Amino acid sequence: MATAEKAKQKSDVTLHYLRPGKKFPSVWCPGCGNGVVMGSLIRAIDNLGLSKDEVVLVSGIGCSSRLPVYLDFNSLHTTHGRALPFATGAKFAQPHMKVIVITGDGDALAIGGNHFIHACRRNIDITAILINNHIYGMTGGQGSPTTPGGTFSTTTPYGNVEKHFDPCSLAAAAGATFVARSTVYHEPQLQKLIGQAISHRGFSLVEAISNCHTYFGRLNRKGDAVAMFDAFKERAVPVGKASKMTEEELEDKIVTGVIHNVEKTEFCDEYQKVVDAHMGEK
Amino acid sequence: MPARERKLLQGNQACVHGAIYAGMRFFAGYPITPSTEVAEMSARLLPRIGGRFIQMEDEIGSIAAVVGASISGLKSMTATSGPGYSLMLENIGYAYMTETPCVIVNVQRGGPSTGLPTKVSQSDTMQARYGPHGDYCAIAVAPSTVADTVTETIRAFNLAERFRTPVTVLLDEVIAHSRELIYLPEEGELEIYNRVKPTASPEEFEAFALTPNGVSPMPSYGEGYRYNVTGLTHDTHGFTTNRVDEIPVKLEKLRHKIADYTDEIEKIRVEHMDDAEVAIIAYGSAARAALQATDIARKVGAKVGAVQLYSIWPFPDAKLKELCGRCKKVIVAELNMGQLITEIERIMPDKQITTLQRYDGEILTPLQVVKKIEEVL
Amino acid sequence: MTDADTTGKPGPQSKYDYSKGPAPLEINMTWCKACNICIALCPKQVLEPDRNGKPVQARPENCTQCTLCWIHCPDFAITSNYK
Repeated sequence: MATAEKAKQKSDVTLHYLRPGKKFPSVWCPGCGNGVVMGSLIRAIDNLGLSKDEVVLVSGIGCSSRLPVYLDFNSLHTTHGRALPFATGAKFAQPHMKVIVITGDGDALAIGGNHFIHACRRNIDITAILINNHIYGMTGGQGSPTTPGGTFSTTTPYGNVEKHFDPCSLAAAAGATFVARSTVYHEPQLQKLIGQAISHRGFSLVEAISNCHTYFGRLNRKGDAVAMFDAFKERAVPVGKASKMTEEELEDKIVTGVIHNVEKTEFCDEYQKVVDAHMGEK
Repeated sequence: MPARERKLLQGNQACVHGAIYAGMRFFAGYPITPSTEVAEMSARLLPRIGGRFIQMEDEIGSIAAVVGASISGLKSMTATSGPGYSLMLENIGYAYMTETPCVIVNVQRGGPSTGLPTKVSQSDTMQARYGPHGDYCAIAVAPSTVADTVTETIRAFNLAERFRTPVTVLLDEVIAHSRELIYLPEEGELEIYNRVKPTASPEEFEAFALTPNGVSPMPSYGEGYRYNVTGLTHDTHGFTTNRVDEIPVKLEKLRHKIADYTDEIEKIRVEHMDDAEVAIIAYGSAARAALQATDIARKVGAKVGAVQLYSIWPFPDAKLKELCGRCKKVIVAELNMGQLITEIERIMPDKQITTLQRYDGEILTPLQVVKKIEEVL
Repeated sequence: MTDADTTGKPGPQSKYDYSKGPAPLEINMTWCKACNICIALCPKQVLEPDRNGKPVQARPENCTQCTLCWIHCPDFAITSNYK
């Protein structure tokens, strides 16, 4: 197919995945990166040729967690911080389903932190897309576990005295077997990484750095959506190049690409071996 | 009739046998005295029948996994005790709002807080009713023997599937850890209820459609019915709503689908009540002492009757009023500082109601109940 | 700021040769939230904000179908029309 033809086919592919009967446009602020991630996810699923019936989108609570309702998949909008255990139940009960969790920095790393590290440790075949906008958007701009030290939010009005952690290194340390990061500016890369994550057998994390110009941007003078997109472009450093840079050089940089990728036995597969070995015993 | 399987089991183990008989194929739990054996037995038995067991990182994760598994298509259960049940409340409320069938076993122990992990109590009675936030309608059943635990767990699953809602089994440490010789029901002997499947085509399917009995058909994942589930108040399509005309529709559906069918839920054991002047009302292990005390009292000619509640919530107002109509006096025996009694006082204001409480971690004895009867007579 | 109508169609003053086919892009003005991302990211300045800040194809002849606009549209308000 000529690239132009492919371009045409791809540009409206997202429209075939929108949930019938749901009102558009989305609830998100104009220019919110969540919409870009939603487009990336759709195109990644489309490229993989997954059927709509086999995809389960699970989310917690927060701006990013409003994503699943907009898409024509099985969608499960759960409670704050609990998307991963809900997803674990759905996946473990129906292992043939492709279970993808949509979560945010607050949802996954603050209230959901305990479930996050255990889902990684278990290496259950779930893809978690963590949309990191460094703030609690839904509740109006409070600091989150990824809000950088010194930056402002409605609960760090004098500058955040706390340090933030990096979800990717946390996930890799906890046992996730595929970890990658990109930004909403680098949509083609984000789409590719999401596709790789979904195909990977085991727990996959894709961190999508996103803009919240309504709160983080405004409270820290980072400008509007366009300005924050530009900043992502400037700050991004491919993982290969970053490995040759010092910590100081990497200060405030966003290391993008596949950060961790190993093959390990997967939770549902291992449990199935137990079932196969003991089925029918009295 | 092939002989039923004869087993010496403790309550916690019997609970798993009942759950499996009812079709439970997914268990997620977290260790907590005095319920841990339910998890241990599930871990052992489920692989043998192609089921799935997972020990989650905490009780919140356990109930979340149970609800996720049930929505995806498997009958699911968790078991815990007071502290764990407290942690599960938000997601039990989520199961209620999303109309997801599941069973939560609360093996009650001394409370509040860490309390008396190895001691018996019934002090979570009201929590089972009012625990989750919001206008929540509970269904809670309560066995009093190991044999009961099998049948009540089966009933809990049937009620969960029938009403598409979370059902609590109120066990306690005494029943959970007592061993009794029981006979397991034969396959096909007891009726098993399964959630109603949709007949509409995926295009016409309305996930939370209003139906005559208020219970919407429920597909499993991968059956071509892709729909949205959310804990946010939602319309009949499962889409979030803030509309004043739609919010009450959802809440009333959740309530009336249960409140209008309590006859399918209520279950009461009645002993010697025909000419009783004094009625003893109790559930669970307290009911054991009440029943024995009533026999003793009857032997010496006292007109005493016993009423054991197998279904605690919804509370059987009408039935109890009718049963105790002739009695002048009522004794409420419970292992807490007075919880069930507030319901009895609410529905029988005219009667002389006496409380018999024990909350020192030990089980009520028949002798204690007999003494209370003498006091009241 | 062009005074083109707010339908996202190319403005009257554009040099676009319609004999070759429709405009390169289609813009869904009801879904567009005027976030300005597409206008800013377009390497050929094809798009300009109308009086509501929503994109109008002011220089459609410059469009190279590079996809940057519609892959970054958070509301799927742009589709490419290129044949």
